[in-house]
Amino acid sequence: MEKSQPTIDSLPRRKFYAAAVFVLNALMGIALAIPAIAYLLVPSRKRQQDQWVEAGDVGTLVPNSPVEMSFRKSRVDGWRTISEKATAWVVKKPDGELVAFGPQCTHLGCAYHWEEKQNQFVCPCHTTLFSIDGKVISGPAPRPLDRYAIKVDGTKLKVGDLHHA
Amino acid sequence: MRERIERLISGIDERTGLPAGIRKFLYEEIPWSSGWHQVFGSVALFLILIQFFTGIMLSFNYAPTPGDAYNSLRYILTEVTAGRIMRGLHHWGASMIIVVVVMHMVQVFLWGAYKKPREGTWMAGVVLLLVTLAYGLTGYLLPWDNRAYWGTVVATQIGSTVPLMGPYVTQILGSGNGIGVVTFARFYAVHVLLLPPTTMLLIGLHVYLVRKHGVVPALGDELKPKRVFYPQQVFKDTVAIFVAFTILFTLAIAAKVPLERLADPTDTSYIPRPEWYFLFLFQLLKMTEGPMEVVGTVVLPTLAILALFAIPFLDRGKVTRVTKRVTAFGVVILAGIGWAGLTAAAVRSTPPQTAAAQIDFSGPTEWMRLSPVELAGIGVYRSERCDACHNVGGQGGQKAGPDLLNTSAHHDAGWMIEHFKHPSNVVPGSSMPPIEITTAQANELAALMLKLTPEFGNVIATTPAFAVQAATVYQKNFCGNCHQVNGVGQTMGPPLNGLSQRRTEKWVVDHFNNPKALSPGSPMPPYKFSAKDMEAMTNWLFTL
Repeated sequence: MEKSQPTIDSLPRRKFYAAAVFVLNALMGIALAIPAIAYLLVPSRKRQQDQWVEAGDVGTLVPNSPVEMSFRKSRVDGWRTISEKATAWVVKKPDGELVAFGPQCTHLGCAYHWEEKQNQFVCPCHTTLFSIDGKVISGPAPRPLDRYAIKVDGTKLKVGDLHHA
Repeated sequence: MRERIERLISGIDERTGLPAGIRKFLYEEIPWSSGWHQVFGSVALFLILIQFFTGIMLSFNYAPTPGDAYNSLRYILTEVTAGRIMRGLHHWGASMIIVVVVMHMVQVFLWGAYKKPREGTWMAGVVLLLVTLAYGLTGYLLPWDNRAYWGTVVATQIGSTVPLMGPYVTQILGSGNGIGVVTFARFYAVHVLLLPPTTMLLIGLHVYLVRKHGVVPALGDELKPKRVFYPQQVFKDTVAIFVAFTILFTLAIAAKVPLERLADPTDTSYIPRPEWYFLFLFQLLKMTEGPMEVVGTVVLPTLAILALFAIPFLDRGKVTRVTKRVTAFGVVILAGIGWAGLTAAAVRSTPPQTAAAQIDFSGPTEWMRLSPVELAGIGVYRSERCDACHNVGGQGGQKAGPDLLNTSAHHDAGWMIEHFKHPSNVVPGSSMPPIEITTAQANELAALMLKLTPEFGNVIATTPAFAVQAATVYQKNFCGNCHQVNGVGQTMGPPLNGLSQRRTEKWVVDHFNNPKALSPGSPMPPYKFSAKDMEAMTNWLFTL
């Protein structure tokens, strides 16, 4: 460092310093940003396999008469797995085929219900009407009702994950 | 374009004065002799900013109450993407700050940069050192594993020995009834609410004073031209920061920070140790036992801190060349030797933790839910080198035999046992050689095969050897005919889960050797295990 004739750094050298400062800081910024973005945006590893839970007895269902069945389902909530109450609107079609709708309106998540007189599902929040096969008749809901994956074991209905129709 | 930018900058300048301020900061004059020896302050500041950043990141997935703290940290380590890197950066960053802060202090001390009028700068720096140590002390508890819990038990006990003030220290730390939710809440609050703003204020004061008094000139600097902070010194600072960052990043990725088992206040076998930078204090404490204990816990540390504060007032001599400051070098070397000696003594006197205490809970622990027969099956799998031809769940490259994950979906235990003994009988054309194992071993291996679902696919790779060895002994001695482990076995004797909560390791060893002496009327016969088997057995039983 010590020179006999002290001089201030020349311009090219100052330019090199400035460029090096920029490059090194950029490298560190990138090295930090990549894990940070991954940490915040990449979903965490899935802990659980799909699960099937028993929702109820479908032996007594009357065709075209939806019934709300409630059951307990475990849900992964961050570092916890909680067991919570869940429901499904189960419809038996005239041909015997079963459908289990998720209990929330696809607009903003309100709980809808079956209106026997209107023969429609009615959401009380913004008056979306759904037909018995889950299609939107009127109102702001953007898509048909969500459906559970289902399996039938004798007269027992088992439900799995909820999917968009 | 250039004109536009300049107009924008001068517009901002007119309204805020910010660009002029930054320019003043960057183009400050520094003495000719400034250089590489003055980079440590910047590195320390950089590392503190990294701690703020990673700390905030961790807090997004961390719940600060004892039970949840551990589980959420485990979640960060095992499930959250890049969570392990974030925690690694925060953990190793803490240690690196201590190292860099000490280097910074040593440099300032050797160069005599604390002399008039810079006493305040030095003293603010000493407070920053104490703040750094306070971060270390409070952060140590937050994982709420055994290490955290027991380390903090010792630290709070030391606090309670302070003469006169002991009860008040205990009151403030909330540790009157032991370490629990109250102490945890307080440590967390200090760590994330009290210390960070304090740090920022102190750094502000410290940097303000450095700027006010300027960088210390060396003798002869007055004859030489001044340098400017930017870009040359900034370049040197940045290179030093880059080196520090590279070390830190490498540690965060390559060096695993373990997570021990959940804090267990009933654990009688755990050997508490503080973080490495507190080991010298710990050793000092051990050397001053009995009535002299307060000397090691309170008197000496207090004197050392007071001495640090008093340095600018003790050394009032004129500024000289750093090479002439023989006494200063002597003090630093003596302090270094003292510190290293105490730390080495502490490390040497630390007995190794038991295998049970060393289980890493930041990795997969599914094996802990296996039954003894399945664990023993892992022993057969390993000793028969099944892995030479089979993978479980994909990893390991191309091999001769099929992947064993999910074999239970197609085959039952009877099929498997027949297959082990006469492979080509059940799979015509199979190139697998018959394996020479006892019926009991075949049962164990079959039990393991049935367990190899995706959830337990990692157990063959991750189960520690001591657990396998212990389970093999357990099976060989038919312990399951009287005892239950993880829900498997009979209940004539007491179930073995939770044994560590009820008994000490010594009790368990004595009980194996002579059950009737400790449990009168017990129908359990004595078991004379080899020393290795006994060690594996007690370790494993204590993980249950």
